[in-house]
Amino acid sequence: MDRMIYVAMTGAREVSQQLAVVSHNLANISTTGFKSEMSVFRALPTVGEGAKTRAYVLETTPSSDYSSGVLQATGRNLDVSVNGSGWIAVQGSDGQEAYTRMGDLQTSSNGVLQTGTGLTVLGDGGPIAVAPGQQILIGKDGTVSTTPIGQKQNTVTIAGQIKLVNPPETDLVRGDDGLFRLRSGQPAPTDTNVTLAVGTLESSNVNPTDALVKMISLGRQFDLQMRVLSAANDNDKDATKILAVTA
Amino acid sequence: MLRSLYIASTGLNAQQTQLDVISNNLANVSTTGFKKGRPVFEDLLYQTIRQPGAQSSQQTQLPSGFQLGVGVGTVATERLHTQGNLQQTGNSLDLAIDGNGFFQVLMPDGTTSYTRDGSFQLSSQGALVTADGYTVQPAITIPPNTQSITIAKDGTVSVTLPGTSTPSTLGQLQLATFVNPTGLQSLGGNLYAETAASGAPQLNNPGTTGTGVINQDFIETSNVNVAEELVNMIVAQRSYELNSRAITTSDQMLQNLTQIG
Repeated sequence: MDRMIYVAMTGAREVSQQLAVVSHNLANISTTGFKSEMSVFRALPTVGEGAKTRAYVLETTPSSDYSSGVLQATGRNLDVSVNGSGWIAVQGSDGQEAYTRMGDLQTSSNGVLQTGTGLTVLGDGGPIAVAPGQQILIGKDGTVSTTPIGQKQNTVTIAGQIKLVNPPETDLVRGDDGLFRLRSGQPAPTDTNVTLAVGTLESSNVNPTDALVKMISLGRQFDLQMRVLSAANDNDKDATKILAVTA
Repeated sequence: MLRSLYIASTGLNAQQTQLDVISNNLANVSTTGFKKGRPVFEDLLYQTIRQPGAQSSQQTQLPSGFQLGVGVGTVATERLHTQGNLQQTGNSLDLAIDGNGFFQVLMPDGTTSYTRDGSFQLSSQGALVTADGYTVQPAITIPPNTQSITIAKDGTVSVTLPGTSTPSTLGQLQLATFVNPTGLQSLGGNLYAETAASGAPQLNNPGTTGTGVINQDFIETSNVNVAEELVNMIVAQRSYELNSRAITTSDQMLQNLTQIG
């Protein structure tokens, strides 16, 4: 068989992998604070003696699209989103510090501030606990203060400050749990310039137009690979015909 | 089969859930004391198919890896316990809470559940009951020949009896608050039950430690915002369409694949 069949097969396989990435982005079009995955094809030339005739293709996800999603006003006092760039520090399931843009916060039964998915939000001194029967106010800088409901506003207690970080995007990697961490594995330092927009949620930054066009283009690319496979098949058939022993 | 088929189907499921929640919110736009729901989605786990730094040939390494997410999942449908509007009815047994508390209701099985729906009525014995006939706790019994009932902001129930000029106090309603009201289990019938996530109820007199105050002659309307729900519905429908396009594309690719030869 001609080697082109393997080149085309790899092409078809990697196109279907990239379609999976696009589908994943589309599936998360309603996930709060979701950052879409970037996917890029990479040429992988065969190195060896003779002419360089072939380059196989490889699908890679080098990074994520860190652009901000649309901030949607919800009016809920525990919904926060990060203004511009920056991240909210949470405790991952491995106990280590991780970063998210998902800001639909709530309190656990023990009064600990958590994300909607149940991850503990980290403050300047560990988790932030709120006493029962209190109204929670979150400030622009992440300060969590509480006042007893129905009482004067001058009885404010500060429960802690949500840790907000803004490491360089090139240092961030997405973990298998969808949370972001530093490539070095170290916690990022607090950045006082990061601010929160309280009463809003950041929608997913998946661009539906982009995803749809990409999907159509991938569909056509797959068809092209199929055409190459048929061409290889035809070539092979014709070659066999010439070589066949005619009776 | 193509992964994208299964990934897109998780997206379809999520949007379907979204529409289910929106429909329930819209259906309850006139339900007294109803609190709207909101689905919480999260991206499912990621599979690292190829690590960054893998060898692409004997001499070269790949600068970036390939990490593939497997779609979206619904984590929870959380209830937003924001205050509904207070609407005046003029009915002396309509009570609305302005604050975070819940009325306590004694269920037929002896357990206590909690409600924000304060459109109460009287039973044949004169007890204060919900529209479903469950007794409100602490139990208040109104004497049969009462002329007027007054329920103060702090929950004190007093009545005026014929022939007397001074009202007599019958008791005081108490309100329950929870550390995490989002964690309450919805029982239907405007009732909620305590769970491990909500924490234990804390009983207090209305107007103290965060319970809020009781307003007589008012009911609390549903906190569903119709305009917001309609916008969400448009978004859910279009997102559903986009995800179904991903399935169509995958299907066409498979069709092309089977036609080789």
